[in-house]
Amino acid sequence: MTATVGNVEPLRGRNGAMGQRVRLRVWRGSGDEGELRDYEVEAEEGEVVLDLLHRLQATHCPDLAVRWNCKAGKCGSCSAEVNGRPRLTCMTRMSLFDPEETVTVTPMRTFPVIKDLVCDVSYNYVKAREVPGFTPPAGVEPGQYRMWQRDVERSQEFRKCIECFLCQDTCHVIRDHEENKEAFSGPRFLMRVAELEMHPLDDYDGDRAEEARGEHGLGLCNITKCCTEVCPEHIRITDNALIPLKERLADRRYDPIPWLFRRRG
Amino acid sequence: MAAPTTTSGPRRTRTLRTDRWWLPPLGTALGLSAFVVYGLVRTFMNTWYWAPEQHYLAPFFSPCLSEACVPGASHLGTPFPDLAPWVPPPVFVLPFVFGFRLTCYYYRKAYYRAFWLSPPACAVTEPHRRYTGESRLPLLLQNAHRYFFYAAVLVAAVLTYDTVLAFHGVNGGVGVGLGTLLMVVNVVLLWGYTLSCHSCRHLVGGRINHFSRHPVRYRLWTWVSRLNGRHMSLAWASLFSVALVDLYVMLVASGAFPDPRLIN
Amino acid sequence: MAETERHDYDVVVVGAGGAGLRAAIEARERGMRTAVLCKSLFGKAHTVMAEGGIAAAMGNVNAGDDWRVHFRDTMRGGKFLNNWRMAELHALEAPQRVWELETYGALFDRTPDGRVSQRNFGGHEYPRLAHVGDRTGLELIRTLQQRIVSLQQRDHAEHGDYEAGLRVFAEFTVTDLLREGDRMAGVVGYWRESGRFAVLRAPAVVLATGGIGKSFKVTSNSWEYTGDGHALALRAGARLINMEFVQFHPTGMVWPPSVKGILVTESVRGDGGVLRDAHGRRFMFDYVPEVFKESYADSPEEADRWYTDPDRNRRPPELLPRDEVARAINNEVKEGRGSPHGGVYLDVASRLSTEEILRRLPSMHHQFKELADVDITAQSMEVGPTCHYVMGGVEVDPDSAASAVPGLFAAGEVAGGMHGSNRLGGNSLSDLLVFGRRAGIGAAEYVVGLVRRPEVSAGEVDEAVHTALEPFDAAGVRGGENPYALHAELQQVMNRLVGIIRDGGEMCSALEQLTEIRQRAVRMTVPEGNRQFNPGWHLALDVRNMLLVSECVAAAALRRTESRGGHTREDHPRMDPNWRNRLLSCVLRGGELELSEQPQEPMRPDLMRLFSREELEKYFTAEELGVLGEPSRKR
Repeated sequence: MTATVGNVEPLRGRNGAMGQRVRLRVWRGSGDEGELRDYEVEAEEGEVVLDLLHRLQATHCPDLAVRWNCKAGKCGSCSAEVNGRPRLTCMTRMSLFDPEETVTVTPMRTFPVIKDLVCDVSYNYVKAREVPGFTPPAGVEPGQYRMWQRDVERSQEFRKCIECFLCQDTCHVIRDHEENKEAFSGPRFLMRVAELEMHPLDDYDGDRAEEARGEHGLGLCNITKCCTEVCPEHIRITDNALIPLKERLADRRYDPIPWLFRRRG
Repeated sequence: MAAPTTTSGPRRTRTLRTDRWWLPPLGTALGLSAFVVYGLVRTFMNTWYWAPEQHYLAPFFSPCLSEACVPGASHLGTPFPDLAPWVPPPVFVLPFVFGFRLTCYYYRKAYYRAFWLSPPACAVTEPHRRYTGESRLPLLLQNAHRYFFYAAVLVAAVLTYDTVLAFHGVNGGVGVGLGTLLMVVNVVLLWGYTLSCHSCRHLVGGRINHFSRHPVRYRLWTWVSRLNGRHMSLAWASLFSVALVDLYVMLVASGAFPDPRLIN
Repeated sequence: MAETERHDYDVVVVGAGGAGLRAAIEARERGMRTAVLCKSLFGKAHTVMAEGGIAAAMGNVNAGDDWRVHFRDTMRGGKFLNNWRMAELHALEAPQRVWELETYGALFDRTPDGRVSQRNFGGHEYPRLAHVGDRTGLELIRTLQQRIVSLQQRDHAEHGDYEAGLRVFAEFTVTDLLREGDRMAGVVGYWRESGRFAVLRAPAVVLATGGIGKSFKVTSNSWEYTGDGHALALRAGARLINMEFVQFHPTGMVWPPSVKGILVTESVRGDGGVLRDAHGRRFMFDYVPEVFKESYADSPEEADRWYTDPDRNRRPPELLPRDEVARAINNEVKEGRGSPHGGVYLDVASRLSTEEILRRLPSMHHQFKELADVDITAQSMEVGPTCHYVMGGVEVDPDSAASAVPGLFAAGEVAGGMHGSNRLGGNSLSDLLVFGRRAGIGAAEYVVGLVRRPEVSAGEVDEAVHTALEPFDAAGVRGGENPYALHAELQQVMNRLVGIIRDGGEMCSALEQLTEIRQRAVRMTVPEGNRQFNPGWHLALDVRNMLLVSECVAAAALRRTESRGGHTREDHPRMDPNWRNRLLSCVLRGGELELSEQPQEPMRPDLMRLFSREELEKYFTAEELGVLGEPSRKR
């Protein structure tokens, strides 16, 4: 059958030549049951892993479950692990790999598998709910908000997050220790706390840094920076969100000097 | 197209990474171990740290605060007594400098990965069954980093003073030798490392939510933030330069190597 | 069916993009028990793809801006075919909707005096787009998502249950709307994860399902854009209008093949980028149409001066409305002046410093670097038109977003009328907010005014479930059709024959082919797998919707014998004032589509007077201009 399917172009190169065959090894199965299966599939110049998964769907296995939306690295749906590394499959070009190499695609390991490459990521939505939202400043009407660029820039960086959950997937605190999922919200939601903590107009009456420790397990983070390494948006999660949060917590909890200052008002 | 062939394989292998992920932690482990070994050997050698002619003081022995210090090496007096031959002068200062690096956010990453294997590399399973991170003692003490930072600033200031002294000419007046240049480079790297520290970044401005109301601290913060982006490189560069200058002073002080003089 | 789970709500919102979430927020705040149904994960909707900004006449950058100017730009962009009341409400309310986002925690880029910054965009007279770099859609969706979470936290504090008043059904696809008599009674759909069906009983349903772009081969749209809402509305008895108007965004990526169609934001041009042919010539000066001559520069010198002195110079022609730019690019390529991969060059590298590009267009830089190995700070981008937006949709009452079916509301891209024949960049996000909110109010008021809640009939549910499961029944049957292959064929037909430039003969042929595909679609099968997360099955259901909607598009495009906005006929290249006030509307009767003409309501005279008579004369018939009185009178 021809492989002109979906977003996938016909298998002809720029000068009409056929693309090359590549070997894919894909996790197939539901829940805890499954296996890695090998496939051979045509690949075209400039293609990404997701293109090949789509071609697999169109030609070999129409029921291959994979999440994707925008295919442009903006929605964060197509997260998986390619050759063991957490990645967006839509942004992982095949040219990254040796043509002779078998490319292995597995679902994110930190989350339970539903089917094939699709995981149950509800952990993240549960954690999202546990971060109290932005509290608008009392007495400031909509349209009267005044904020300066330099004051919003830090939080803006964190708001670049596309919620692909690759940072959550790679974080060993929950990747290797299922039991920590209860106490630890993961880099994504600690960063959300940092974002609100640094928001120039947030009127929240609690202490977000203290909550980062108590409710979200900031102390479990040992700043080994894997979250920063995998972030497809290149957000400097560790340096700009987690460490500043730890420092603010130190101000309020561990360091007596600022504490004394604050007491005096 | 070829029919799919099937190979079964457990999903729960340690890692499916195919690159040489073990290389960076191994490099880190070797680099840090080499430094620690050198530092220990050097400290307990307890000699050849002051080159009186060139006014070079080895950074491992600065400031030299014990009565055991060789004459001329104590620029700031000798508040500590000479306890025993096996208590060399660096014992009074090195813990602070060492503590600064031990609690440094970069080194923490480096040794948690390289020595603790927690995790050895991203997406590689760590060998521990339980994990509590920095939420309990003793690792809770990592939060004292800022106090080590204060100490490190003092030590960097002293090393800067040492470097100024190294501009003494061999025959009086102003002079510059290869050692002087190395000391200058070392002191610049040390300041770079010290000021690029995450705690410093927080203290100069990071803790403020409204930069617009504190233009000077914002300027400082942006400056420190830029340096902070190179914290890792500065950490390694200054580690190397400290050891190098120390070794150089040792060679000069022992007479094994004549310090080439550029000026006087 | 016994296994079907059931839920009861006051308002069910189908779709969780900007419009759907805003509608749900409004309905919830008005005390409605609300459900949001989301075809993918919560927060992944196509809205995240919007890059440029939210158009709102706040006047933060140029104080000369106000709602009237925005209204005029919108009408001009839509070639006066817009529903003027919608355009009026939109221009009036957009600023409030943006400011409201700030109270939800949004962080827009700022002006030097601390207000929301605004940027230039095609067709907008003043810098008007509130933005966050080039990821405004992400900010919008995240802000609304977090607002929903805040509302859930409020419910949790009160009732101990996050989902007491507002629940998000993630990865849930609606297959049919349920009715009692002619009014809405609920929806039926399936969980993508398990393939199990669920019925949500609700007197009010808000459609906010977005567009139809996946019917075209080259598109900037994500897989969800399969015209579900359009098809659901048709099947429930609502009317679709303006379906012939499909916007092709002028700048999509053209290479490598796997990313063909992915959007290159208009901000690239808004911030100074220019279009060049293969010889490096800025060709847009050749394509300024008569109706826009007064406000667009005719020399590169004047155009370049505009960026720093917009009051005394005319705008660069790269910032013409999207339909004009898309046609120009199409023509350049056709005449052999295109780039090697069949596009033209979009050059920002020679116009802005590296730092500026990285600051203003970070995600474009990232996108080209990662997907095409092109560094846009040093090289030109290759771009060409890509299917982007459908102006047509469910006909709604402008004030309440109510469709002709009692209890059925529509907002956002799935609603028709607001953008006329062509949408201006930035007007989509504001549309989502303004009419999303209005749909929420409309639905809430409708529910409050009900005397009796409608009942769902078990027979109707069973039938819907049965229909949705047909592809499994057909499994193993000889001559079964592969949904992936049918989808590809459909996309080819639409792209080739009902694409950016259209022709009567080609569209006749398209309709024939669509009929043929529709006949084969009955035999679509799911060759492998069960109901659990089975993309083959999901696509089979989506293809049916796409086919229905594509037929509407092709039929309406064939009927409209003029060129206007997003509808360009090679065989009828002129704009015809006699077509301006005629809308083409599609309904489904007895399983067949029916196309009819209906008159557009005449524009209110006070709104007419916002334009000069000379300008109106280019669009309106003499008879229509009669309401303005003497021809000598000018604004």
